[in-house]
Amino acid sequence: MQKNCIYLDNNATTKVDPEVVEAMLPYLTDYYGNPSSMHSFGGQVKKVVNQAREQVAALLGADESEVIFTSGGTEGDNAAIRAALLAQPQKRHIITTQVEHPAVLTLCKQLENQGYTVTYLSVNRQGQLDFNELEAALTGNTALVSIMYANNETGVVFPIEQIGVRVKEHGALFHVDAVQAVGKIPMNMKASTIDMLTMSGHKIHAPKGIGALYVRRGVRFRPMLIGGGQERGRRSGTPNVPGIVGLGKAAELELLHIQEATAREKKLRDRLEQTIIATIPDCEVNGHSTQRLPNTTNIGFKYIEGEAILLHLNKHGICASSGSACSSGSLEPSHVLRAMGIPYTILHGSIRFSLSRYTTNAEIDTVLEVMPGIVEHLRALSPFKNDEAAWLQEQEQAVIGARG
Amino acid sequence: MWDYTDKVLDLFYNPKHQGAIEDKGEPGIKVAVGDVGSIACGDALRLHLKVEQDTEKILDARFQTFGCTSAIASSEALIELIQGKTLDEALKVTNKDIASHLGGLPEAKMHCSVMGQEALEAAIYNYRGIKREAHDDDDEGALICTCFGISESKIRRVIVENNLTTAEDVTNYVKAGGGCGSCLASIDDIIASVQQQAVTPVSASLNTNGQTSAKKLTSVQKIALIQRVLDEEVRPVLIADGGDVELYDVEGDRVKVILQGACGSCSSSTATLKIAIESRLRDRVSQNIVVEAV
Repeated sequence: MQKNCIYLDNNATTKVDPEVVEAMLPYLTDYYGNPSSMHSFGGQVKKVVNQAREQVAALLGADESEVIFTSGGTEGDNAAIRAALLAQPQKRHIITTQVEHPAVLTLCKQLENQGYTVTYLSVNRQGQLDFNELEAALTGNTALVSIMYANNETGVVFPIEQIGVRVKEHGALFHVDAVQAVGKIPMNMKASTIDMLTMSGHKIHAPKGIGALYVRRGVRFRPMLIGGGQERGRRSGTPNVPGIVGLGKAAELELLHIQEATAREKKLRDRLEQTIIATIPDCEVNGHSTQRLPNTTNIGFKYIEGEAILLHLNKHGICASSGSACSSGSLEPSHVLRAMGIPYTILHGSIRFSLSRYTTNAEIDTVLEVMPGIVEHLRALSPFKNDEAAWLQEQEQAVIGARG
Repeated sequence: MWDYTDKVLDLFYNPKHQGAIEDKGEPGIKVAVGDVGSIACGDALRLHLKVEQDTEKILDARFQTFGCTSAIASSEALIELIQGKTLDEALKVTNKDIASHLGGLPEAKMHCSVMGQEALEAAIYNYRGIKREAHDDDDEGALICTCFGISESKIRRVIVENNLTTAEDVTNYVKAGGGCGSCLASIDDIIASVQQQAVTPVSASLNTNGQTSAKKLTSVQKIALIQRVLDEEVRPVLIADGGDVELYDVEGDRVKVILQGACGSCSSSTATLKIAIESRLRDRVSQNIVVEAV
């Protein structure tokens, strides 16, 4: 197994911080008590769970009583959406966007089959929402608006608080999938319009399998997981103590580093992005130029395909991600880039580089060194050389036409 | 990450036959090009053949591929398989040959090998001046998969040629159903229809007529039965693909047929003879039957 690499796929997952590992270890070895137990061996563990809750609450600018530990982003999203609907059974309308994570989109599709109406807000070429479309969609029947804080593929950040103001005016609950935003954008739930917010541990240097859901005090919450009544009845199941301790430590470190780390990541990201755009012809950035996470860039390389780029990068020990179909289990390319109306010429050759506080200058240098050669090599193989190629235009239009 | 064989990775990282072949007007030489796929679908292949006209031998072949690792490796494998062959020999190369040459492809990537076979067919059709629109491909029959623009006739062909039995198989081989998934039920129906055509009509009538393999047929009965199998089971499938077959003669167990329409020069004509016709006649009439095209 490959151990060392230039890891620029931090929106997929992150390296667990050594301090997080260190904090977790005792709870995997010596202190294995169940925090729900009456004896002191379990009771001492309960204390660290509460400490972690405080650490997570501090990162979110929330009260610790508003933090529910979950298994991660998917559970958080599912729990929030289902809770909102169960708490308002008379309302049957949901609003979300076309570019959400599948944890939200797939659930919404399923809810449509159960009689709910779902509005999927569109985005423009920069990946931004149209407020008029949101206004038009909101009705008295809208139970929930679920919109991501920042997009995982492009890093585009939505103006969440402005959206929240409109949502509140219509009396709907507001859930935000902030899995990509927490730790990169300062959060302050006390001054926010957000009712529920999802975060995930493994995106902020905690391990996989742990996350948290913020639920504003006073918001009616119907639990998805019922059983032993843990987490004040809002999420039953024996707590994942080592994971919770790790999440707490990771949250503490994120809060400590957020200003300096995001500034540094942005500098590196901008150098990577600007140098690629300046040195490699026929490529462009997918997403808003400024309303974007500081660590993410999604660049479309025209006329070549993403998986082929990824494999060449992999040969150089560089890990990135692609929006192309061939790099995924699906045969359809990224739903996010398609919703943005990115032409197929760019879409299939789009690569996401996502940085972390561990990314170094030297690593960015290596990517910049190898990328032009990879693109040149693959373009030499490609039958498409420019947008004027009749075959390209003909075929692109034919498929678009067939799809209606 | 996909589980690619070393051969796939080797041909992907080190392709030797990429590029175009320019037609320099050399006497006795003809350059033909075949295009399949599109940038919208995510993979496309342009195959260039340099052919010696007298012998129809492929003197050189090059590819230009837009696509993933397996698409590029399949293109290189195709070239390795057809270099030096005559066009007729090359037409016998199937997508299975391409996949085998690569030491196998992930199931979900089999469509890359199909793309190679189709590009070869397209190039040879162009060389021979046969209009592809007259063939089965995407322009005839109902459009089943709107995401990738794939017709019923093409889906039927790939089902028959590769003995596919599930919609997932069809998606792996031609992408149909791999987008929004709304056509998967229709693909299931097509599979059921192909399977039903393959087993129902004659076997039912065989029982009715009391003709079983245990009872030796007279020559007249045998020819009549062969004709019925061809009419009821084989021809509907071939006609759906833009081709046809006619019974020419029967000499003992040697059945001579004339492949018509698209089947006459289809790259899969050998597979058609062996899978669609011979194996069917062996099942229905006699295990000793050998089918030949005349």
